Amino acid sequence: MSLAEFTLHEAREKLRRREFSAQELTEAVFRRISETEEKLHSYITLSRDRALREAKQADELLKTDTSPHSLLGIPIAVKDNFLTRGIRTTCASKFLENFIPPYDSTTIKKLRAGCAVIIGKTNLDEFAMGSSGENSAFFVTRNPWATDRVPGGSSGGSAAAVAADQCIVGLGTDTGGSIRQPAAFCGVVGLKPTYGRVSRYGIIAFASSMDQVGPITKDVRDCALMLEAIAGYDPADSTSTNLPIPQYSASLNGEIKGLRIGIPKEYFVSGIQPAVQQAVHEAVRQLERNGATIIDISLPHTEYAVAVYYIVATAEASSNLARYDGMRYGHRARAKDLTETYTSSRAEGFGPEVKRRIMLGTYALSAGYYDAYYLKAQKVRTLIKKDFAEALRSCDAIIAPNMSSGAMIGEVM
Amino acid sequence: MKLTREEVQRVASLARLRFTPEDEERLTKQLDNILRYMEKLNQLDTSRIEPFTHAANTKTPMREDAITNEPNADALLANAPAQENHFFQVPKIIE
Repeated sequence: MSLAEFTLHEAREKLRRREFSAQELTEAVFRRISETEEKLHSYITLSRDRALREAKQADELLKTDTSPHSLLGIPIAVKDNFLTRGIRTTCASKFLENFIPPYDSTTIKKLRAGCAVIIGKTNLDEFAMGSSGENSAFFVTRNPWATDRVPGGSSGGSAAAVAADQCIVGLGTDTGGSIRQPAAFCGVVGLKPTYGRVSRYGIIAFASSMDQVGPITKDVRDCALMLEAIAGYDPADSTSTNLPIPQYSASLNGEIKGLRIGIPKEYFVSGIQPAVQQAVHEAVRQLERNGATIIDISLPHTEYAVAVYYIVATAEASSNLARYDGMRYGHRARAKDLTETYTSSRAEGFGPEVKRRIMLGTYALSAGYYDAYYLKAQKVRTLIKKDFAEALRSCDAIIAPNMSSGAMIGEVM
Repeated sequence: MKLTREEVQRVASLARLRFTPEDEERLTKQLDNILRYMEKLNQLDTSRIEPFTHAANTKTPMREDAITNEPNADALLANAPAQENHFFQVPKIIE
């Protein structure tokens, strides 16, 4: 068995007991990458030399350290939309192909402070816009379980890397499913945490009212440990909440007696694959056997969610991506005047899906259409929020299929 | 069609984007389809509903106006498409 196959909690325990070193663990991960990367293409940039230096430092600390740094010496795969000081950060876009961030995102700072080992930067849909991974400007990542299928997206590289043991844990971002969906497609665990729980400072912004950072891991315990490591108040993110961080891993004691779990009927309508439906029902039965109470609930505005999401996400994206003007960083085209420079830089630097979303968002925010699209969507969003508030009066948690199907064969593969 | 080719050109110019005539035609059709789908929202009466902008509905936090980042001009300028004498070099703005 390769050391790369361990989970975070297993590796952490074995590192502490000196069964192997952080350097041996990191080397095992890079060996695994060299055996599999040609088929999978999970990573845009590998940071081998630096990772091995970080592992060496971790080993030094492990000699004396008794404090419970949960990530000490743990090899981590990071989605390529987290700013990493000194490590190229592309967001899978030609526009940022050579961008080297001058600072670390808050999450990366926390990982570095905990002496985690950053293996490299993983592939994604360009600017996190997509749900197959195929919108990367560079190459397509393959699903490790069936390489003719997509890993999902946009955090497809991190999900594939976790599933294929090309790291111990991964980091992703989720705006409209970008952690949860690839985690499902690759058979691993993904979490979009509550808004305000994890800082977004230093994450390349897509849709600011919905972007969130979260873990992609091999099991649920790892997910809890990762969230403990990355959660917390950050004054640099104005939407960050200043609340105590629960010890999530301590609540994983198998005890769910009396927990009320709601099943929204609107999530089990036409188009759902029988295998998905069956898997969810089996999970529900398992929870029931363990003592949970299952309650039927309704989220009546579910059918409007996609339309609302597309208006809000593209409007915010068109605004966020206005910063890419080719002046201070990124791609600059040669052109005759200033406006032409902006236009050509953006026309050359952005891929088709990013342009399509900027166009839709600009339209929805433009004079004469703002009320009909953007404001309307924000009002329906209130109705959707009320649905959830109402449903959560009668249950503690909601269970639903992540996607209506398993991983697809790609369009461009 | 809800959306005309002229509107697509107008929006492209607002967004500082440019498309080939073929792309423009395809995009007009695609965006028109998406906008038709959005019409669905008009089934709902929202005349007395407040808009919702962000889940983290807290007050904007205030802080001291103090420098917290270390000066690092070289690292910032390292990403500049063009630079001269420690300045960003940009196309002429005023004729």
